[in-house]
Amino acid sequence: MTREQTTPSYPPPTPTAVSAPFWEAAQERRLAYQRCADCAQAVFPPRAHCPHCWSESLTWQESTGHGTIASFTVAHRPGHPAFAELAPFVLALIDVQDGFRLLSRLTTNPEEGLAVSAPVRVVWESSGDWTLPLFELITVDGGP
Amino acid sequence: MSPAAIVGIGELAPQRYSSGATTLSMIARAALEATRDAGLAREDIDGLLVGPQVGETPQHVPATVAEYLGLHPTMANVVDLGGASGAGMAWRAAAAIQAGMCQTVLCVLGNINERGRVPRSPNRNPIREFDVPFGASGANTSYAFLAQRHLAEYGTTSAQLATAVVAQRENAQLNPKAVFHGTPLTVEEVLASPFVVEPLRLLEIVMPCAGAAAFIVTSAERARDLRHRPVLLSGAGEKVTHRAMSQAPSLTSGPLKAAIDSAYRQSGTGAQDMDLLQLYDCYSIVIALTLEDAGVCPVGESGPWMAENDLTWRGPKPLNTHGGQLSFGQADLAGGMSHIVEAVHQLRHEAGERQVADARTALVTGNGATLSEATALVLQREDS
Repeated sequence: MTREQTTPSYPPPTPTAVSAPFWEAAQERRLAYQRCADCAQAVFPPRAHCPHCWSESLTWQESTGHGTIASFTVAHRPGHPAFAELAPFVLALIDVQDGFRLLSRLTTNPEEGLAVSAPVRVVWESSGDWTLPLFELITVDGGP
Repeated sequence: MSPAAIVGIGELAPQRYSSGATTLSMIARAALEATRDAGLAREDIDGLLVGPQVGETPQHVPATVAEYLGLHPTMANVVDLGGASGAGMAWRAAAAIQAGMCQTVLCVLGNINERGRVPRSPNRNPIREFDVPFGASGANTSYAFLAQRHLAEYGTTSAQLATAVVAQRENAQLNPKAVFHGTPLTVEEVLASPFVVEPLRLLEIVMPCAGAAAFIVTSAERARDLRHRPVLLSGAGEKVTHRAMSQAPSLTSGPLKAAIDSAYRQSGTGAQDMDLLQLYDCYSIVIALTLEDAGVCPVGESGPWMAENDLTWRGPKPLNTHGGQLSFGQADLAGGMSHIVEAVHQLRHEAGERQVADARTALVTGNGATLSEATALVLQREDS
């Protein structure tokens, strides 16, 4: 099957000097985040300064990759044309157990169980040169 | 706050698409109208506040607009607060006047919207890095998250959210400048429109337009010598809390609450004193959240409250009598100025068929980015 020439590719991540460790960890399928050595709060997205206490002593940690859905949407008309063929898909704000919130996509459109507070876990998806932390619902019986 | 007043207004009717116009030409048309409405001339303008995205010139925007209009301001600045920029200009103009930097400030916003032009912003980390690669581009996703959370937490329904949109559309039927003038709307039609980002449907989401708006601020003292009865800036408030939706302190309340509280406090007013609610409306859910943050209804109860109350110009709490951006049209950042322009029309008692009886006090809000940039104003008709 040949790829449609007109389909734009997904916009890749745009790492900075400060955020690079997050994407390097992602290549190894580890969900990295920062924790402040001074005030102990989790920090995301990556920074050189803690927004809670302005410390520069941020340490990289590995997340459990488990969390709950803070909110979600089923995107029918995505804002970026590259995602048009994927629609409809689920975007969610995820409250990760380690104490930070991020935005991600679910790997599938669940027929049931999609709800605020539903438990989820990270699932890695590689596309081109990048590996992205997507999420899936954890079903009651331990999952698919 | 030292008394300042809005003494002139100008506004182009929003158009779905523009052609043959430049952003500068649209800005100039609104600026001229506002200056003439005040009974002032070019030489009287010595302060200038503009937005960040005049199409032709990403940088040096105040100087570019000043040059185009032949102004030589002694105070010139950019206000970059998205949909809160218009309201943010009002109190900054008053503050600049109080600080002695200038006497009369032109506040102006506008943009073109050409058919086929795909608006795509340049790299904006960290959103570009941590949202866009997952499929979240533009504002819709963020407001869908807010709506979904409100539905889940409070049992709000899409039909309830649609009632505010429909009431504003009814108001727009009395405003010939509105893009949806002549196009009435029912709750059923809102609910039958396609999902864009669940639970938000097409007709709950603002439509991008071309256009421009402007207003003139001067001291209340100078205002009394001008053409119109002054509309006083009695109170203002502002708060900025985040940029990306994932970093919002709350998904059920925004910085508007603090901004509105400040505007109430400065003006010695409260929700019960408002004759008119000119609330920034980029999505149906923003109206609901703002009604709660403004204390118009209890937290979590905006859904039933909107469904049970008449929000049109003739009801007890008139909402966005010009139609709101959802029915008037959102001419880029000028959309957030439309709420101010309409409040001035109403407080001058010159709103024609949609005039709110004896309107004396109005709440105006502005909201930018992902419910993250908030400005609130209390405007009042000066007693005779």
